Amino acid sequence: MHRTEQVQVRTTAGEWVTVCSYEELEPACGVAALLPEGEQAAVFRTPGGQVHAVGNRDPFSGADVIADGITGSVDGVPTVASPMHKQTFDLRTGICLDDPEVALPVLPVRLL
Amino acid sequence: MAQTLVVVGHGMVAQRLLEALAERGAFTGAWRAVVLAEERRPAYDRVHLSARFTGTSPEQLTLAEDDFLERHGIELHLGDPVAALDTAHRTVTTAGGRTVAYDALVLATGSYPFVPPVPGADSPGCFTYRTLDDVDAITAYAGAARSGVVVGGGLLGLEAAGALRSLGLRTSVVEFAPRLMPLQLDEGGAAALRGAVEGMGIGVYTGVGANRVETDADGTARRLRLSDGRQVDADLVVFSAGVRPRDRLAREAGLLVGDRGGVAVDRWCRTTDPAVYAVGECAQTCDGQVYGLVAPGYRMAEVVADRLCGTGGSSFEGSDTDTKLKLLGADVASFGDPFAAGARTVEVQFSDSGSGVYKKLVLGADGRLLGGILVGDAAAYGLLKPHAGADRPLPAAPESFLLPAGAEAPPGADLLPDEAVVCSCHNVTKGAVRAAVAEHGLTDLAGVKRCTKAGTGCGGCAGALQSLLDAAGVEPRRGLCEHFELSRAELYQAVRAGRLTSFAAVLAAHGTGGEDGCTVCKPVVGSLLATLGPELGLTHILDPGQRGLQDSNDRYLANLQKDGTYSVVPRIPGGELTPEQLIVIGEVARDFGLYTKITGGQRIDLFGARAEQLPAVWRRLVDAGFESGHAYGKSLRTVKSCVGSRWCRFGQGDSVQLAIDLELRYRGLRTPHKVKGGVSGCLRECAEARGKDIGVIATANGWNLYVGGNGGTTPRHAELLAADLSTERLLRLTDRFLMYYARTGERLERTAAWLERLGTDHVRRVVVDDAEGLAAELEAQADRHAAGYRDEWEAVLADPAKLRHFAPFVNAPAESVAFLNSPAPTPALQEH
Repeated sequence: MHRTEQVQVRTTAGEWVTVCSYEELEPACGVAALLPEGEQAAVFRTPGGQVHAVGNRDPFSGADVIADGITGSVDGVPTVASPMHKQTFDLRTGICLDDPEVALPVLPVRLL
Repeated sequence: MAQTLVVVGHGMVAQRLLEALAERGAFTGAWRAVVLAEERRPAYDRVHLSARFTGTSPEQLTLAEDDFLERHGIELHLGDPVAALDTAHRTVTTAGGRTVAYDALVLATGSYPFVPPVPGADSPGCFTYRTLDDVDAITAYAGAARSGVVVGGGLLGLEAAGALRSLGLRTSVVEFAPRLMPLQLDEGGAAALRGAVEGMGIGVYTGVGANRVETDADGTARRLRLSDGRQVDADLVVFSAGVRPRDRLAREAGLLVGDRGGVAVDRWCRTTDPAVYAVGECAQTCDGQVYGLVAPGYRMAEVVADRLCGTGGSSFEGSDTDTKLKLLGADVASFGDPFAAGARTVEVQFSDSGSGVYKKLVLGADGRLLGGILVGDAAAYGLLKPHAGADRPLPAAPESFLLPAGAEAPPGADLLPDEAVVCSCHNVTKGAVRAAVAEHGLTDLAGVKRCTKAGTGCGGCAGALQSLLDAAGVEPRRGLCEHFELSRAELYQAVRAGRLTSFAAVLAAHGTGGEDGCTVCKPVVGSLLATLGPELGLTHILDPGQRGLQDSNDRYLANLQKDGTYSVVPRIPGGELTPEQLIVIGEVARDFGLYTKITGGQRIDLFGARAEQLPAVWRRLVDAGFESGHAYGKSLRTVKSCVGSRWCRFGQGDSVQLAIDLELRYRGLRTPHKVKGGVSGCLRECAEARGKDIGVIATANGWNLYVGGNGGTTPRHAELLAADLSTERLLRLTDRFLMYYARTGERLERTAAWLERLGTDHVRRVVVDDAEGLAAELEAQADRHAAGYRDEWEAVLADPAKLRHFAPFVNAPAESVAFLNSPAPTPALQEH
């Protein structure tokens, strides 16, 4: 499938921001995007073509590195692992699978 | 219409109360909450206050999720403490003049630090240790101070002492009792802890009080005079001599208050006014205690939430004060009643003053465990704690829990009854863990944590949980991870035989299903594709399809540091460097503001580069003749050498030249784990070659080749593989050794562990005697690798598609950051 849509992310302030085109997302990889107010999103495309966006800041280390994490699937759940200490997060809910009390903010995504 | 709940204070327990209420749906109509707090910050993790000293931000210590209060319509007023409580009219009035009427009131005011009436205790330079503001004030003041004293050698006092020490102060602790942590430890335990504290360079004074803070002419603290006449230098004094409940509001409102302070509450945490509750450190509970730990406070919060919502009949009758923590690097645990005494109690002790270990168990006459103390090694805490105070005898000989590992396997958690609590942080029983293992088919600790929450608090029960998994007959999973039943060595063969060139192809041919891999299997496959690259026709680990398999070190061809920046290590073969190259490294470090450090491998590491600066840094380095040093890879790092026969009076071989030859031959080769080398010019071994994976030592007759050495946590001397070799023969044997390791090593298995697994004799037969007829093939692989080598960084700089990935943001143009010669500014947001 050839898709040329624009990928938009909704900021916590409720604004939809275009971050890149769908084609710029490599399957099973993430990219970081800068949003207004200095917010950062980590945007991922799964091998199956789904797009997810979460906050780019690793809640454990405080570093903006989530977009560089290795994606995966754990029991069918799409995940990303923090490059810092490898905690794994559910890309759909942001919840950390190793410590359910910790979560990444999830940013809604749409393709236009 | 919703009733109004007013919460006085927003500390850890107050926040837990709000969460417990939210979990019970209290804010969907029944209650609206107003929180009035004195501190300027919303609830934060006071237990980990000392993390602030090491750079943790206040935001990271914050307990409430961003939108928690908003989502539940909770009104929070910070910096406006309640000044008066009128129980007759059910109102509170704040210092700022705000009056709020309540239907129910919860006092969660916590406690304040007790400062003994010592003359001079109010001088500049004297602090307490309780809030984030305290920590920030201490940090700011410590900048100009050289020495510090903590008054109080309890748990918090020792934590404060560790913090002062980490701020660079010459630090002492003064404790009035005859020993450290007098509430938790006996003499033997305190002595072991004292050894550890003094070993950290902290002075300890026990059995003495603080008499006077002596000041300079300008009135600032300079010394602490002790009750025995001695004096201790103290530019900074921290008082940590216990806390007192903040019960003034209740006292002035006429509510009953305990003799030693604390708002008196019943088993439902109600004060003498039924509309007013008190929880946490400001409350004296129905057992007459004031609990200064967070766990009992949390349980009180749950009880009050149940009362307000009419859910469940929970009550708070009392709590244990079990403690396990790491203080100044020493494990300390105290549980049950370690001071139980009586004619028929039995004490079992183990102590080793050499290693600072002290352990004691106290048992009743019937063999029941009453309590215990563990200092220096608290590994048994998780196994012992569920038995303390239980109505059953300890299931194995007490000494078997205390003896050092290796003497005899410690009794496992399988001896516990099902109702025993294994994780006390989340109150999870052994039965619940066993049920979850059976029901969800759990195979590892991560699964147990996910399904039961056990092990996600302090983590002290991890050993007990693992032994429950073992006892359940869970077989360790074969293969790499849930995506592959093959081991790394088997995958190597599969990739090679099938000529598979992408992760998707490997997953399709050999995976167990699922559309994506994980952090375990992807880097392994990425490494295999790189190792076999010359045979498969793959050339760069950042090519499309391969980049996503790499850990972030390999993804940025640099080493990720704790703040998210990277460090850069150019290759310096043999440690040889021209003056011009040295100048270039200096200039690059200066122009990009990088911290430089000489590494143990005779190279120079440049720290603090942002990912987007890396291409510009490397443009300058490559132009000066440098190439990647692969400090980031599971690959050959560096081959260290002494000066050898070129300069040394004792040198028997040219160790520098051989080190260069080895490093250039195997540079960039991806292996199961990192590989280090060393070459010494004589048996004096100045290059420490026998601590390396590949160590070579010159002899009168050529070279000796040693393999499988290791530093790190399990140091191991390399073993002699072959002696008196010519340079040509040495290189051939090294070819075979490394390629055989790359082929048969398991994931993250260093050569030391690999050699022990396969046996040195087996490896010698394959590598030296060619018993399996592999030699020619292994040598050919090494030849192909050396011939196909190209510097990874030079290749990146020549490829715009790869360079684009170094841009910090996908929505900022790459050209604005890729080739700047100075640190890049934060790119402006693109217009949409």
